[in-house]
Amino acid sequence: MPWTRKHLLTLEELSLAEIDQIHATAAAFKRTLSRSVKKVPVLRGKTIVNLFLEPSTRTRMAFDMAAKRLSADVISLDGSSSSTSKGETLRDTAQNIQALQADMIVIRHAAAGSPLYLSRILNIPVINAGDGAHEHPTQGLLDTFTMKEHLGSLKGRKVVILGDILFSRVARSNIHALTKLGAAVTLVGPSTLVPHWFTDLGVKVSHDLKSALADAEVVMLLRIQHERQASSHFPSLGEYTSMFGLNKTRASWLNPKAIIMHPGPINRGVEIDSELADGERSVILEQVTNGIAVRMAALYLCLGGQPENVYAGADPR
Amino acid sequence: MPSLWIKNARVIDLAAKRNAVGDVFIADGKFVASLSAAAKKSARKIDAAGLVACPGLVDIHVHFREPGQTHKETIATGSRAAAAGGFTTVVCMPNTAPVADNAGTIQFINDATRRDAVVKVLPTGCITVGQKGAALAPFGSLKRAGVVALTDDGDCVQSNELMRRACEYAKMFDLPIMDHCQDASLTQGAVMNEGSVSTRLGLRGWPHAAEDIIVARDVILSEYTGAHLHLQHISSRYSVGIIRRAKTRGVKITAEATPHHLAFTDDELGTYDTNFKMNPPLRTAADRRAIIAGLRDGTLDCISTDHAPHTDYEKDKEFDYAPNGILGLETALAVSLDVLVRQNKFKLAHVVDLMTRQPARILGLPAGSLSAGAAADLCLFDPAEKWRYDAKAGFSKSSNSPWHGQTLTGRVKTTFVDGRIVFNDGRIV
Repeated sequence: MPWTRKHLLTLEELSLAEIDQIHATAAAFKRTLSRSVKKVPVLRGKTIVNLFLEPSTRTRMAFDMAAKRLSADVISLDGSSSSTSKGETLRDTAQNIQALQADMIVIRHAAAGSPLYLSRILNIPVINAGDGAHEHPTQGLLDTFTMKEHLGSLKGRKVVILGDILFSRVARSNIHALTKLGAAVTLVGPSTLVPHWFTDLGVKVSHDLKSALADAEVVMLLRIQHERQASSHFPSLGEYTSMFGLNKTRASWLNPKAIIMHPGPINRGVEIDSELADGERSVILEQVTNGIAVRMAALYLCLGGQPENVYAGADPR
Repeated sequence: MPSLWIKNARVIDLAAKRNAVGDVFIADGKFVASLSAAAKKSARKIDAAGLVACPGLVDIHVHFREPGQTHKETIATGSRAAAAGGFTTVVCMPNTAPVADNAGTIQFINDATRRDAVVKVLPTGCITVGQKGAALAPFGSLKRAGVVALTDDGDCVQSNELMRRACEYAKMFDLPIMDHCQDASLTQGAVMNEGSVSTRLGLRGWPHAAEDIIVARDVILSEYTGAHLHLQHISSRYSVGIIRRAKTRGVKITAEATPHHLAFTDDELGTYDTNFKMNPPLRTAADRRAIIAGLRDGTLDCISTDHAPHTDYEKDKEFDYAPNGILGLETALAVSLDVLVRQNKFKLAHVVDLMTRQPARILGLPAGSLSAGAAADLCLFDPAEKWRYDAKAGFSKSSNSPWHGQTLTGRVKTTFVDGRIVFNDGRIV
């Protein structure tokens, strides 16, 4: 089945087959990451603009890295250096980038739905690198990619997402990907941050950490996003940690082979104990590495590449 | 001006207990019971067979943006949109720039109306100075300048003490208070209904509880002070219930529903289309059903549009940043007929009543009747005609409508104000 999508906006709209295609493509690209010459020539002559209107370290660097590994030219703009700070609209900024002959825009934006909005204005592909509390599709793809590397098929696997779900685009993208991949997902956190409406997305909601973690094979921690919350969602970080922080005792409730994930940035001592973050069950840094491969796949496919050509394209020898 | 003889129309006016095929006579700008034989001979005759003749529609909730936001709408363009929609009397909200919290601004609006309007445009004044919710506006001089009601529009008065005093003071002037019921502390940053859809879309939710709390407060204050409070654009099924119980006790409150809350739910927001962004937001199917039921049993008194023009470039933004509000005047009748008559089996006369006599009664306006002696404000419409609504070709200065491009059923043919045709067959006359 050929890849036909021009934009990568949400995981909600992707089929299971499309998720598998991206994962397969990412796996092929991942093999190139360990070579001494890491660059592959598949996007030579293409220009990708990373338009990051909200702060980001990991995602932006991974997109930069991915584009460079594919031999694309890449330009990164952030909110404070772009004209949006002078009052230019997103439409005008994006149309200017297109007029500058960019071949693709990767956008990070505080407003949910803005990548979809751009995709309707522009002729070039748009990749969503996180839109408000809506979706972060490449993060969901790299997280499920990492889970598959450790667990194989995710069908029936018990996955717990723990923390601030309400404001998390990472949670939403993972929910869509995991439910399509057949995982049994439970969301856990304070009742103010895990509203019951999430059950309409085909997942369980729990506020009881012990029963939720029992025998889980994956626990994904999410950062408490102080910057998005009104002050009334929970009493204090201290209380959060005492109720929901992952520590050694609580980690012992997990399946013995369980992996611990976190999309970063981590707040050590808040949602996760330092020794767990650095421990042998933690795959947090693998997620970061896989983030390059998955984003290479997303850029490559949305710029017209096909999954079956990756190997030939990626490794001419 | 020759007399007018509108023949063979289906005449609907529940005030005059008319709901049958018949004739309507107009002389000297007023409805008359009949014309003399001589006058009949010289009268201009309009064959309205197949059309409904009803009182000119009344909308007690529009935004005409003048003064100060005339890039969105003016009294000239807004009143033309009203005429095209069959409306002959509209009541403007005071959230202009500057806000209408003083007699001078009301005078400005009245001057512009006299100069530019093709229908009757009536102003409201603010409850508080600057619409800031801190100190009472001068109700007495606002009343002398001609306001028909008081409201802080989208800036619902948050202080219960101030609202209580506003109720007491407004009662002295026999001025109703119109309230946009919204507890601001519950809706910080909110852009759509809070629920399953907002959760999926990652948009900040506006819980119906924020409306319900203020509706309940207003019921309590109306009962306590005896003031008439009119609750605007009810969107929540719980609010409908609160109002229903209050009315059973005889509390002096009235309430309205908009065509968009009748027609749509928050499911429409899946593509982040800002033409579905308004305040209060579209809610769930259960809320929509409750609003329809509220109109059916009289819990909700009338239909109002909350006609809220914004330019393309203002609406063409990220969903979070686009302003609230949509156009309503040119589509209200067709949408109401569709939802209420065709989908929910309301009687045609009932829907006409909800758009004429009932809104006029709420504010005590001399409108909404075909009775002899009343101003000859009339709407002729074809309840069956299908037409394609092109918001960009409409009469409003803006085109922010969720019905743009849709085929609607039920079309206004002719609008009369004081016996004069102001709109006919797609054109302002």
